[in-house]
Amino acid sequence: MPTLNLLQAVNDALRVEMRRDPRTIVLGEDVGKFGGVFRATAGLYEEFGPDRVIDTPLAEGGIIGTAIGMAMYGLKPVPEIQFSDFIFPGFDQIVSELCKLRYRSGGQYTAPVVIRTPFGGGIRGGHYHSQSPEALFIHQAGLKVVAPSNPYDAKGLLLAAMRQPDPIIFFEPKRVYRASKGEVPEGDYEVPLGVAKVLREGTAMTVIAWGAMVHEALIAVEKAAEAGIDCELIDLRTLWPLDIDCLVASVEKTGRAVIVHEAPRTCGLGGEISSLIQERCFVHLQAPVKRVTGWDTPFPYTLENEYLPLAPRILQGIEDTAKFIV
Amino acid sequence: MTRAEKAVTKAKAAKQKPAAAAKKNGSNGSHPVVQTEAKATLSTQQLLEIYRAMLRIRVLDERMMTLQRQGRIGFYGTCSGQEAATIASTYALRASDWIVPALREAGAMLMRGFPLVPYIAQVFGNSGDLTKGRQMPSHQAGRSVNQVSWGSCIGSQLPHAVGIAFAAKLSKHDTVAMAFMGDGATSSNDFHTSMNFAAVFKAPVVFVCQNNHWSISIPTHRQTASESIAIKAVAYGMPGVKVDGNDPEAVYAACAAAVERARRGGGPTLVECETYRMGAHSSSDDPTRYRDQAEVDRWKLRDPIDRTRAKLIKAKGLTEASDTRLRADLLSEINAAIKEVEALPNPPSSTLFEDVYAELPWHLQQQQQEFEAALKRAGGDLGGGH
Repeated sequence: MPTLNLLQAVNDALRVEMRRDPRTIVLGEDVGKFGGVFRATAGLYEEFGPDRVIDTPLAEGGIIGTAIGMAMYGLKPVPEIQFSDFIFPGFDQIVSELCKLRYRSGGQYTAPVVIRTPFGGGIRGGHYHSQSPEALFIHQAGLKVVAPSNPYDAKGLLLAAMRQPDPIIFFEPKRVYRASKGEVPEGDYEVPLGVAKVLREGTAMTVIAWGAMVHEALIAVEKAAEAGIDCELIDLRTLWPLDIDCLVASVEKTGRAVIVHEAPRTCGLGGEISSLIQERCFVHLQAPVKRVTGWDTPFPYTLENEYLPLAPRILQGIEDTAKFIV
Repeated sequence: MTRAEKAVTKAKAAKQKPAAAAKKNGSNGSHPVVQTEAKATLSTQQLLEIYRAMLRIRVLDERMMTLQRQGRIGFYGTCSGQEAATIASTYALRASDWIVPALREAGAMLMRGFPLVPYIAQVFGNSGDLTKGRQMPSHQAGRSVNQVSWGSCIGSQLPHAVGIAFAAKLSKHDTVAMAFMGDGATSSNDFHTSMNFAAVFKAPVVFVCQNNHWSISIPTHRQTASESIAIKAVAYGMPGVKVDGNDPEAVYAACAAAVERARRGGGPTLVECETYRMGAHSSSDDPTRYRDQAEVDRWKLRDPIDRTRAKLIKAKGLTEASDTRLRADLLSEINAAIKEVEALPNPPSSTLFEDVYAELPWHLQQQQQEFEAALKRAGGDLGGGH
C-alpha cells in the first residue's frame, strides 16, 4: 500500500472520482495548469482537460454560485476555495442559496456541491490564511461539514462526500497537508460520513478533536498517559451531523470530556458538543466539560503558537479535568 | 458636465418625455450599444400568443393584489408594466432552455405550461404548492418547466444561470439559460461576477435587465452613473443591447438574437429592457412617499398591454369584442383556480423537517419527535393562531 501525505490523498480521491464519474468537475482559482496553490489538483488538468478542471476568475461568490448552477443542471462540481478565510465573499451563496435550495424548492432542485477548502493555522499565514470557520457552516441548516485529520480518512471521506446528495464543506487541515503521512489504499474506497473514529481507548476522560488538532491532542493524551491519566481520544472526522452515539458512549464511560478546536471559543463547535454531552450524559458527568480552543481574538501572525490550542495547553486541560472533584 | 450629471440629466429628460426620448433613439425605441443581427419578427398569431400570456399575468396580478388587500394572502409583487419584457423575452426560448427569474418574471412559467393551480397555491403557501409553503409569495419554481425561483438577496440567482449555462455547454447540449434582474441588481457583486464569469467561459446565457427605473425607492440614476445598463456589457466583453421594454416585438427581436447567438456558441449577451414599474415595489410598499404620480401617469401611456392590444387590433389579430372575451375568460379561469386553491389546507406539519437534507439526520429526527410531542401536549396549537 503506498504511503501518501494528506494532500496527495486528496488529489488521489479527486482523480479516482473523476475517472469514475464524468460529471465530476473541479473548478477554482489556480486549480488548472498550476494544480492549485497547495498542489491538491496537480496533474488533473493534464489528465482530464480544461473542460473538467476549470480555472476561474477570482471571485469566490462566482465560483460557488456557478457550481450551484452546474449542480442544478446535473454535474457534480467540486469547487476549491483557496483558503477557507477567502470563503466569505461566497458566504451568501452558501448560506442563502446552496444549503437552502432543496428545502426552498420543495425538493425539486438540489445542488450536491462539495466545496474543498484548506483551514486552520500553523503556516505563519496571519488571519487571512489561518482561520477555522467550521461553526459558521454547521449553523446553516442543510450543510454537512467534514474535516479529516489524516491521508486515509481524507481520501475515503472525500470519495464518500462526492457521492452523496447534500452540499458539503470539506475542510482540509493545511498545517498537516504534508506532515501527515500514512498508508492509503490505491483505487476506490469510502470512509462513511457521520462516523467518528476512536484513536485511543481510555477510561479517565474523553478528548474530542478534529483536523490538525488531532495530532496535538495525540501528543497530549500520550503525555497524560505517562502521568497516569488514561484518555480516550476521538477524531470527529464529520463535524456535522456528528457521530453523537460515539460521543455519548465514550462520555458515559469516562464521565469527563475535553473538546479541542482551533476556532475561537465563543459559539464554536465545542460549545455545541458541550451542550449535547450535558443533555445526554448529565448523570454520568464528574467534571464540567472543558473547552481548549483558540482565543476570542482575531488570528494573530507572530503569536500563532500562543493562540493555537497546542499540546501543552491540551495537556493542562486534561490535567485540570482529571483532578476536578465534585 | 460630468458623466454622472449627464446621466441624471438624461434620466430626467426621459422622465419628462418618455415617448419623445424613445423616439430619439429610433422609431421602435431601441438603442443598440452593439448592433444586433437580422431582426427576428413575430407573426400576428405569435404576437397574439404573447399578448394573451401578458394579459393573463396582468389579470392575475390584479386579482392577487385584491386578495392581499383583503388579507387572504400575505404578500405580493406584481409584474404590472413589465409584462412585455417578461413574456416576449422568454418567448424566444425553447422548452429545454432554463429561466432564472428575478422578482417579477415568475409568470413566464405559465406561458411554458406550468399549471395555474400550483402557481397560485405558491402564493397561498398551502398544500397545493410544489415548494411546500416554504417561501414568500412570488417565489414559484417549477422543475417541469426548467424554471427556478429567484433569490430575494437580489442578484444572487445570476451566477446560478451562468453555472446552468456553462454546465449545458460542457455537456455539449445546446441549452440556453435566460437570467433576469432589475436595475438595482446591477449594483450587486453577483451581477459583476456573473457577467465576468459568463463572458470568460463564453457561457450560453442571456442576461435580461428589466430597467423599471425604481429599486424600491431608489431611482436608477442612484444605482449607476453609467449612461445605460446595456453599456456595462462592453467592459465585460459581451454585446449589450438596449430596447424599449414595453414593446414586445423589440424585446423579442433582441432576445431572439441573443438566444440564437448563445446557442451557436457565441457566448452571453446583456439585454436592457427599458420599462417601468407601474405599481408599488410590493404589497408592503407605498410609492407615493418617493415617486411623483405624474411620472406614473406618463408611463401609463406606454402600458405594454394597451400598446400591444392596439397593435393587434390594427393588424386585425384582435377585435374589441374578442379582447373583452379574452379578458373575461382569463378572469374566470383565474377565479376558478383561486377558488380551488383557497380550499386547500396548509402543508402538513411533517413537511417542516423534510428536504433539509436528502435523508433526515439524527438531530432532525430528534427535533421532529420533540416538535410532535410539543404539538400533542399543546392540543395541536403551538401559538400563532393556526
